[in-house]
Amino acid sequence: MTRSVRTTRTKAAAALAAAAITALTFAGCSAGAAPAAEAPAGSPADLDAALEEGGDLTYWTWTPSGEAQADAFMEEYPNVTVDVVNAGTATDEYTKLQNAIKAGSGAPDVAQIEYYALQQFVLSDSLLDLSGYGLGDLEDQYTPSTWSAVTADDAVYGLPQDSGPMVLLYNKEIFDEHDLEVPATWDDYVAAGEKLHAADPEKYITTDAGDPGFAQPLIWQAGGRPYQTDGTNVTVDLQDEGTKLWADTWNQLLEPGLLADIPTWSDDWWKALSDGTVATIVTGAWMPGILEGSVPDGAGKWRVAPLPSYDGSATTAENGGSAQSVIKQSKNPALAAAFLRWLNSSEESVDVFLDNGGFPATTAHLTSPEFLAEEPEYFGGQKINEVLVDASENVAPGWQYLPFQVYANSVFPDTVGAAYTDKSDLNAGLQAWQEQVVTYGSSQGFSVNE
Amino acid sequence: MTTTPYAARTGHQEAGGATAAPAITIRRRKADWTGWLFTWPFALVFVLVFITPLLYALWLSLFQNQLVGGNSFVGLANYVTAFQDPSFWDGFGRVFGFLLIQVPIMLLLAMVAALAIDSARLYATGLFRVVIFLPYAVPAVVAVLMWGFLYSDNFGLTASINDWLGGTVLQPFARRWITASIGNIVTWEYVGYNMVIFYSALKTIPTELYEAAEIDGARGWQVVRAIKLPAIRGAIVIATIFSIIGSFQLFNEPNVLQPLANNVITSSFTPNMYAYNLSFAGQQYNYSATVAIIMGVITAVIAYVVQMRGSRKEDR
Repeated sequence: MTRSVRTTRTKAAAALAAAAITALTFAGCSAGAAPAAEAPAGSPADLDAALEEGGDLTYWTWTPSGEAQADAFMEEYPNVTVDVVNAGTATDEYTKLQNAIKAGSGAPDVAQIEYYALQQFVLSDSLLDLSGYGLGDLEDQYTPSTWSAVTADDAVYGLPQDSGPMVLLYNKEIFDEHDLEVPATWDDYVAAGEKLHAADPEKYITTDAGDPGFAQPLIWQAGGRPYQTDGTNVTVDLQDEGTKLWADTWNQLLEPGLLADIPTWSDDWWKALSDGTVATIVTGAWMPGILEGSVPDGAGKWRVAPLPSYDGSATTAENGGSAQSVIKQSKNPALAAAFLRWLNSSEESVDVFLDNGGFPATTAHLTSPEFLAEEPEYFGGQKINEVLVDASENVAPGWQYLPFQVYANSVFPDTVGAAYTDKSDLNAGLQAWQEQVVTYGSSQGFSVNE
Repeated sequence: MTTTPYAARTGHQEAGGATAAPAITIRRRKADWTGWLFTWPFALVFVLVFITPLLYALWLSLFQNQLVGGNSFVGLANYVTAFQDPSFWDGFGRVFGFLLIQVPIMLLLAMVAALAIDSARLYATGLFRVVIFLPYAVPAVVAVLMWGFLYSDNFGLTASINDWLGGTVLQPFARRWITASIGNIVTWEYVGYNMVIFYSALKTIPTELYEAAEIDGARGWQVVRAIKLPAIRGAIVIATIFSIIGSFQLFNEPNVLQPLANNVITSSFTPNMYAYNLSFAGQQYNYSATVAIIMGVITAVIAYVVQMRGSRKEDR
């Protein structure tokens, strides 16, 4: 009797031990994945040599022109094969990228990362410092705000692909019909919102269901600098003067119900843009291209204006925009860096990008007479690039994102979002958000507000 | 889990047999080994895809990996945090309430549908069966996207109904309706599935019982109450357990609806969504594993209690 029981137990114990060993091995894998290569020492000449030698690269992007740019690259450098993968847009891609980095394999050589998320990958030591290949010399090619977004001290963690200086898109048809002036200040904007909604309760000055990618640039424009990061010391103040200024202004639209409660990028949103429910879009300079492609019914109706400001000045901020970075996991970092250099600084590549409606980060393109003279029919022949480029020159300096911004943005709907749903004071929502952000930062080992 | 009590029982039987000769024991042991040999392909896969991830999650839950400071062993600290975490219990309360209200409604509807089809008083029962089952064949994500469109109070069906009725009568995405809206989707998806479980159990009832009932003069509801319901009690217990597990694991529906009801469906709306967001948005893999384990244990305990109660009734 006892023997039989004991054997079963022994077997069970053995199975358990075997499983535990397997588990340990797995744990070992992920722990062993962390060590990363040293920052490479090299020169632009090394990159040219790598291009000559050739090899295979994987490139993750959701840029519409990604495939076309890679094709143009392979035509120029036939020894190199670039596999373009759309691993999802923004957060979806970051999730996959984080997993691949943590797993120690499966990450691409080059990946698209938005400016706001870049610091997070820098922090986890996942990105290659490109200054080793002399790519720091490319600084002059880019606008100051995009360059500062990809650099930390002397390190260069990516090259800017595009930029999104904020502007105001407005539906001229609605503005004319309701005798509205293009607002120069936010006070004008609020007044226009009141007038429009009073005249036609079905119409709204804009949509905003709560979106951190939208609120933060507006805080930036209002002079708010809620995040300061110095190494592992982080300061968060979502009630600083500028942040409050934005919240108090936006409250005037939110609380009386002047904002349409339609989430950005939803089907409803596209419909609202095309059927005249919404009179303006506060957005980045990349939006005109998307609008033209996605809302054909809006042809001839939309115009571009500078973003309203608080004091009538031209100050604006960056909304979105991405860089491409070389992931440290890359087996051929020199080739990856060479591809990246071509991708975001060569004439051939940026031309393909622009043909697909992108808005550049390179000053040469931003100031080229040809670019500025474009008069798209969709926008009634307006020289929209003049307005957009003007905005790119008036981006307020000094903004920093959190080193864990992807997480912070993910809890924005839980906190500030509640204020949006209840049409109540945004400041209360911002305070709740601050609390969550501080708790998370502290639990992750940062010194937050200490 | 079931091997130990079984082995113990076998042990008792042998003890009842008093002095077992050694030769017999050896023969038994040989038989044991042969049995195990046959199971190794299964056992290998089972350990690899089932036991290993469980143990790995358990292992993960004992550590804390910080963005600054790296990995460190923290013992049961994650469990202490989870038990005091309002976000977790808020989500738990929501799925528990969901379970108490949605599951009975769904099972009752499924039961009525199964009895109706089994009653032989309907024409085209095959058609009814397929139509009611059809939603289950639609992939959950597609179904939820479709419902999300119907629910939209700006342009969807809801908007049209609101226009027709005047005002904003229906607000499926409002904070106080969102759980009911999700319950409606889940009910729509799974009534057919549960109906099939009930219906197939009804089909296994021997016709002699009905004949005997008819001779005894039982009709209509009496047959349902005295024969059909007792006979499918096992199926009801199974369907209930599946539904309990499904409720506690609620994820697809709220997660797909989230972009449409952004601020209402929070990142900790259900425990599974919380675990998902902890690990994928917050990189808190360790804490996420802790939440998943606690939820798994609670689900197992409740499912076990239901099973015990269900089978005890069967014994009676």
